[in-house]
Amino acid sequence: MISRVSLACAAALLALSGAAMAHGGPHPTDAEIAHIAYTAGQIDIAAGKQALAKSRDKAVRAFAEAMVRDHAAVNDQALALVKKLGVRPAENATSTALSTQAEAKMRSLAALEGAAFDKAYLDNEVAYHRTVNGALKDTLIPAAHNRELKALLETGLTLFREHQLHAEQIAKEQR
Amino acid sequence: MRRAVIALQAVSFALAIAPAAAVVAPKPTTHTIVIDKMKFGAVPASVRVGDIILWINKDLFRHTATARDKSFHIDLQPKQSGRTRVTKAGAIPFYCVYHPGMKGQLNVAE
Repeated sequence: MISRVSLACAAALLALSGAAMAHGGPHPTDAEIAHIAYTAGQIDIAAGKQALAKSRDKAVRAFAEAMVRDHAAVNDQALALVKKLGVRPAENATSTALSTQAEAKMRSLAALEGAAFDKAYLDNEVAYHRTVNGALKDTLIPAAHNRELKALLETGLTLFREHQLHAEQIAKEQR
Repeated sequence: MRRAVIALQAVSFALAIAPAAAVVAPKPTTHTIVIDKMKFGAVPASVRVGDIILWINKDLFRHTATARDKSFHIDLQPKQSGRTRVTKAGAIPFYCVYHPGMKGQLNVAE
């Protein structure tokens, strides 16, 4: 069972990084980048809300609350920025792939309870932030044209790196 | 009338005592530490017991400044400020409970 879950995780991850590379392409537009970054944030907010509905672990809940709050703060800034710039975020293959994979992940997490859920949630948070951070660093930030969008993505990267470390730390403490 | 006289005496007594207390303990200094871009800014030198730390959260995110030894803790919404008092001497590491990678250390003199 566990190996099946981790295999599914690995497959989802590979698909995600593949999607980020292939469909986002080397030159996504600012409108596409904005949509990818916003979608990535919404996915983690949804994951955090799922954790708050299911987990009873104090550390996991505090972490999930921070995820919901921090990602909402970044996305509020992103919405304000695209409005100011007059950019309309454009859905694209990468953001669609992110959403599809996230829905599948949420379904698999929904089937778990207690410590098994906590572990799977934290493991996914580590893996998810690692993937998103890789895409930000290697693809999205270098491709962003607008200076303010680039700066916001960099703020996001600093924050999400901290989230990844935090998730790794809690996952370690839970073992 | 008598009550008014007593009240006046009480006030003058309080006034007399205030400067005396000021002579004993030096006036506490307020030091500022800015929180921005997921970091604690420069930590002031020459902090003494009794001083006040003014924490200014300029970041987009909610943060805390929490002493490892629990001698202070403040929870700040984005763009919010608040004060804590330094109650003990020595090295006091602190961090943000929401972002444990954010760290700093006060070095407090007696």
